[in-house]
Amino acid sequence: MLMADHEMKTTAPDTGLRIKTEVKAPGNAAEDTGIEIVCQAVNLAYGDNHVLHDITMDMQKGRVTALIGPSGCGKSTLLRCLNRMNDLIDDVRVWGEIRVSGLDINAPTTDVIEVRRRVGMVFQKSNPFPKSIYENVIYGLRIAGISDRATLDAACERSLRGAALWDEVKDRLDASGLGLSGGQMQRLCIARAIAVEPEIILMDEPCSALDPIATLKIEELIYQLKEKYTIVIVTHNLQQAARVSDKTAFFWLGRLVEFGPTAQMFTAPKDKLTEDYITGRFG
Amino acid sequence: MTLAKNLARGEHLIWLTGSALGICLLMILGLLTVILANGLGIFWPSRIEELTLVDGSVVAGERVQRQAIPDPGHPDHLKKHRRQLKTGNRDIYGIDFRWVNESEIARSEEPKGLYLVERSEYGPLIGEPVKVSEGPQEVATGPAAAERLPDLVARAERDRAAIKAIEKDAIGSVNYTLERIRLERRKLDYRQRQDPRRDVSAARSALDRREEEQKARYADLEEKLRTAMESAARTSVTFRTVDGKEKELRALDLYRAYPANALSWPGRAAVYASRLWSFLTDQPREANTEGGIFPAIFGTVMMVFLMSLAVVPLGVLAALYLREYARQGVLVRAVRIAVNNLAGVPSIVFGVFGLGFFVYFVGGAIDRIFFPEALPTPTYGTGGILWASMTLALLTVPVVIVAAEEALAAVPRSMREASLAMGATKFQTILRVVLPAAAPGILTGLILAMARAAGEVAPLMLTGVVKLAPELPLDGFFPFFHLDRKFMHLGFHIYDVGFQSPNVEAAKPMVYTTTVFLLLIVVLMNVTAIMVRNHLREKYKTSAF
Repeated sequence: MLMADHEMKTTAPDTGLRIKTEVKAPGNAAEDTGIEIVCQAVNLAYGDNHVLHDITMDMQKGRVTALIGPSGCGKSTLLRCLNRMNDLIDDVRVWGEIRVSGLDINAPTTDVIEVRRRVGMVFQKSNPFPKSIYENVIYGLRIAGISDRATLDAACERSLRGAALWDEVKDRLDASGLGLSGGQMQRLCIARAIAVEPEIILMDEPCSALDPIATLKIEELIYQLKEKYTIVIVTHNLQQAARVSDKTAFFWLGRLVEFGPTAQMFTAPKDKLTEDYITGRFG
Repeated sequence: MTLAKNLARGEHLIWLTGSALGICLLMILGLLTVILANGLGIFWPSRIEELTLVDGSVVAGERVQRQAIPDPGHPDHLKKHRRQLKTGNRDIYGIDFRWVNESEIARSEEPKGLYLVERSEYGPLIGEPVKVSEGPQEVATGPAAAERLPDLVARAERDRAAIKAIEKDAIGSVNYTLERIRLERRKLDYRQRQDPRRDVSAARSALDRREEEQKARYADLEEKLRTAMESAARTSVTFRTVDGKEKELRALDLYRAYPANALSWPGRAAVYASRLWSFLTDQPREANTEGGIFPAIFGTVMMVFLMSLAVVPLGVLAALYLREYARQGVLVRAVRIAVNNLAGVPSIVFGVFGLGFFVYFVGGAIDRIFFPEALPTPTYGTGGILWASMTLALLTVPVVIVAAEEALAAVPRSMREASLAMGATKFQTILRVVLPAAAPGILTGLILAMARAAGEVAPLMLTGVVKLAPELPLDGFFPFFHLDRKFMHLGFHIYDVGFQSPNVEAAKPMVYTTTVFLLLIVVLMNVTAIMVRNHLREKYKTSAF
């Protein structure tokens, strides 16, 4: 896993604490890498409360897509549609089509377990299990029925390295996952998500409970992760969206207002609402 | 400062709450003090007073209490005193206790030669050893007889153990085998009635042969027992009471003998320890007023253990369904209220239900299916430790359900989501994340259930508790656990000894002591469960955020 370190040095942007909005040149973001997720006229309602209206957007493979918008605009709800976490709520109805690598995830024949294996998720509040670091990372493999020690050990190391946590915890894998710092716990959750080798990682405001340094580490990690995974991130932090994402979608009142390359969204938004939001006139 | 201002500041509330707590603590402490003082004091060997009365008669005994004599209207009202003496020697006097007015006492002494003797019948004996005989021959008299007492007591203990080994273990096993042969023969009869063409003569003659063998062994053992008894019974000790009556005791009947007035402090402590130990480890004697409470301790612990085995799975599964699977609505709310109300149903109602459902219905069905050859003698169709435990499990299951539901509800949603988002099924999530995190709370429920179950008496009286169970529900005979057996229980023992005993005055201290040990066992079991819970809590403590 020396390669990861090497890549970090060469491809990660110049780090250092950036507080101001800095729009990073998206580089090859324009290059077509293929579509991973297709949302076609997605609607969602909790009982009579219609929350998402006709969302249609595509998310590209190996890219970071940021969902931004004021609180209650439906961005987290959309994110949770992508691995069917909304199933847990009673009285929820989803219609329209969502395809993940061609699989219609809401089709009656689709196995929700399979969907969630392919689409990993990292939550706003880091939520490691009250188990050891090791058991946390390999949880997904254990429930998949893998019990071969060598496979589990290898997956644990690979995932922790992938989440840039290996060097900090390699000597205390048996310690409780709850003994880590906030940032470490969030990276542990990322390690847990990538241990099952998903295709997509959903991140629901992964840094909102973290301090700026821990946030920076997660952002660097996102930068590395997109080499292998398609990432969809919900964030309230516009600077963060600008720093980490290739494309940004702006939601307002359950509707997709504007969706485009991040650089363009932050420098020359097409919609008046988007402009007002990113310049801080409301939200 | 004005009163209104004081009221508004809530000073009075602090006093009120503080005194409420204080009153509760005082009552609990008072209860504990009464029980401990009365319960633990009885093993201490007290001194024996020998009183010569003005009419020339002599009484001796342990002083139990001294009280003022009420005589309303008379100038002496509450001025004179009387003493209650435990005189023992019930076989001679017909009573255990005697009141003596202090005005009638001419002389009071504490002679060193008086012994208190615990024996197998008629309560304690108080007197002086005068001679030891082997058969018709005297082997020691006077002080020499007293010197031989400790050896005789030790030998009596060995002899009793040897006799018990023959009676209980050897003859018991023969009886057990004979009973099995009898049942097998009945089984053959039963089969033959079902199917008259069946040939069972081979099986029958095999049984006959086995029976002959066992009967021969039995005769052999009986002979051995008789010799042992005879040799043990040859030795006897004669005691003389203070009023000059002589009583000859078989040495075999001696349990303990000590010179009550000549004992030093360490000697008294040794008697105390030995009495406490035999109380804990012995079988009861003399309608439970003497001897120990070991079978009751054993029965209580085993019953609580069986109950826990039944109540935890039942309660946790029910709580899991209510909390995790059932659609939260009117019906689930109604069920929840019903469960809570179940906890308030009087325990005797559960006892009646246990008798009707477990004993007669389930037990009766088991007997018809598995033990038809023994009928009409019931095997499981009568009260037993299994049915008592099941009844108590039913009684305490609401406590466990409520606690388990709360524990499940307290598992953070984020933890479930994390597991589900990893592709775990709901079942895997419950098994690997929710249940471990809820385990400490579930154990709290079990602790409450155990405390309640250990103290219940009423339902047990209908479902399998008896005042004296000759055999423990766990022993060396296959299948080792005899869940159909009746058992003894500390709570019922308290009731029985305290209120059903033929000799209530003599049994009173036993009530306190039994209570001490019931409390002690409940505390011990709870402390164990609390330690397990704290360990789990440490292991599964949830995130700080």
